[in-house]
Amino acid sequence: MTDAATAVVIETERITRRFRDVLAVDAVTLSVPRAAIYGFLGPNGSGKSTIIRMLCGVLRPTAGTGRVLGRDVAREAEAIKRRIGYMSQKFSLYADLSVTENLDFYGRIYGLSRERVRRRKRELYDLVGVGPFERRLARELSGGWKQRLALACALIHEPEVLFLDEPTAGIDPVARRELWDLLFELSGRGVTLFVTTHYMDEAERCTHVGYIYLGRLIVHGKPEDLKQLADVTPAETRRLEITCPHATTALPRVRAVPGVRDATLFGETLHVLVEQRVPDVRLIEALGQTAAAVELRPIAPTLEDVFVTLSRSEAQRRAS
Amino acid sequence: MTGFWAILLKEFAHLRREPITLFFALVVPMLQLTIFGYAIQTTIDDIHTVVYDLDQRQDSRELIAAFVNSRKFKVVEEVHDQAAFDHALASGRAKVGVKVPPDYTERLLRGQQATVQVLIDGSDSQVATTALNGAMLLGLNQSLRRGTALAEAVQMAAARDPAGRLALPVEVRPRLLYNPNLRSAHFFVPGLVGIIMQLVTLFLTSFAIVRERELGTLEQLFVTPVGRGGLLLGKLIPYALLGFIETLVVLTVMVFVFRVPICGDLLLLLGTSLLFLFTALGLGLLVSTLAKTQLQAIQFAFMIMLPSILLSGFVLPRAPMPTPIYVITFAIPATYFIEILRGIILRGAGPADLWPQLAGLAVCCTVILTLSVARFRKQLD
Repeated sequence: MTDAATAVVIETERITRRFRDVLAVDAVTLSVPRAAIYGFLGPNGSGKSTIIRMLCGVLRPTAGTGRVLGRDVAREAEAIKRRIGYMSQKFSLYADLSVTENLDFYGRIYGLSRERVRRRKRELYDLVGVGPFERRLARELSGGWKQRLALACALIHEPEVLFLDEPTAGIDPVARRELWDLLFELSGRGVTLFVTTHYMDEAERCTHVGYIYLGRLIVHGKPEDLKQLADVTPAETRRLEITCPHATTALPRVRAVPGVRDATLFGETLHVLVEQRVPDVRLIEALGQTAAAVELRPIAPTLEDVFVTLSRSEAQRRAS
Repeated sequence: MTGFWAILLKEFAHLRREPITLFFALVVPMLQLTIFGYAIQTTIDDIHTVVYDLDQRQDSRELIAAFVNSRKFKVVEEVHDQAAFDHALASGRAKVGVKVPPDYTERLLRGQQATVQVLIDGSDSQVATTALNGAMLLGLNQSLRRGTALAEAVQMAAARDPAGRLALPVEVRPRLLYNPNLRSAHFFVPGLVGIIMQLVTLFLTSFAIVRERELGTLEQLFVTPVGRGGLLLGKLIPYALLGFIETLVVLTVMVFVFRVPICGDLLLLLGTSLLFLFTALGLGLLVSTLAKTQLQAIQFAFMIMLPSILLSGFVLPRAPMPTPIYVITFAIPATYFIEILRGIILRGAGPADLWPQLAGLAVCCTVILTLSVARFRKQLD
């Protein structure tokens, strides 16, 4: 592989999965280049885990194809499994085994030599820092440490691709930050990461993001490209941040102004998507404030704006 | 077979960390063995009896003594009026009431038929049947004794023994084979070996797999290159081993504590046990493919255990069962194994005597293992 640095590691072509009469994943086409951090977002039950399971070869696609590291997920699942790591949202560790026993077990499962397991354990202790707790049982670790151990187990065989299904659900903010530092480190070493998450701040850190809504991949690409999408901020509109007293009471007033397409509360400010024809004074009037008390500032959309706008228009499109 | 050793070693590590599993696997069966071996007595003696004797003379007292001497009855109360007699039965203090009429002695002396009323509480059919048979036999013996005395007096006899004494015209000579003392341990303990083996292996194996499913570690394993064979054998062999040790322990206790000797071939016994063990493992595996949670696994396991205990002939004889149920008993592996156990242990039967049961067990084993292994996939669905 001469073009390893730029190669596409994960690609799907209209991959579909149906559970009886529910279409969990509907013709999703995506591709992930090597060493990317691909953030996969979407509401609960939108099909995120289902796609991961298909890509890991434990769930057969109903239609379409998927390839991981150049191998077909339906026909060559076992070959894929040797080269990928998977960390599920439940940190599936053996609670009654110690840290080192958990790692030994996964090392043996992947058929690593005793020497290699020993070396990998040292490297992983350095990477995730569970070394001091080597002899402790997994159930005695706190949530953050359990998650680090789960990550270490998923990495024991030096996988080229790592799938993480909501790795930060239920983890405190410090542990969350530290996990992301680890993920960047891995990405720097050339590991491709496919991460599902609910957190928008995590999405902002990814090199690529995809947003799935009711089984359909609505949008995917680099975060900065998505923010430029015409659908997100249509030509005849602009995005404003309004800083004013009593933002909560101001919200319904702004929404009532004709030409305001969307308004949400953002801390003590309002984010408004408004048509170009509506002048600033019209908004200030609606708030019942003087111009001096209100500050208006044009802003770029956040990823959240992107996803909210797009899933709304998708819902409207489906309803009609 | 990839990952076989990894899984095997891990299962032993679980067993080491959870000695409670070993407790259930080895101590609980001992309790069951004690309960069935000692506590359950199928021979019924000393049925509580109330006596209302209106005659109170030599003959009536002899009659009551005959009841007591049969050891089937135990006089717990003597009453002197009808109300107390009725109350003793209604309250359940006595299961049998014997009422001797005031003219009992006179009638016998006069050569008339004397009637003794015996009331039996029919609620417990086994006790009632024993009391009924005991009372009938007693009446017959009493009548025979009087008849013999009369025949002696008039020098007329229906039959005589070689020594010239009066004898019954027809003599039935029963001889109890295999369990001459009718000890219930001989009947229950060999069957219990089979039930315990199935119970332990069924629960342990189904739990071992369903627990991983519930924890999510099974999904994690599916994502590794572990082979289906390695995963299955690695999970099943530790429990097969445990089940086999279990069998040896239960058999040892049977022979040395309950004094039930093994009359037949020990190797045949152990070989069949192994066959049954694999059947039970297959059942456990089958449960684990059906159940999503440990709670469901318990329910499925009970669903399998219940017919194995009630319909296999372990407690209740199969022959009198209604035809549809009798047919069902052939689909229960324990049915064959319990018959084989009793055959080898009590009657010293060999393969030639037991081939239909051996064939039945082999068929059950093959069907169950094939079905459960086919259902167990390295896929989530």
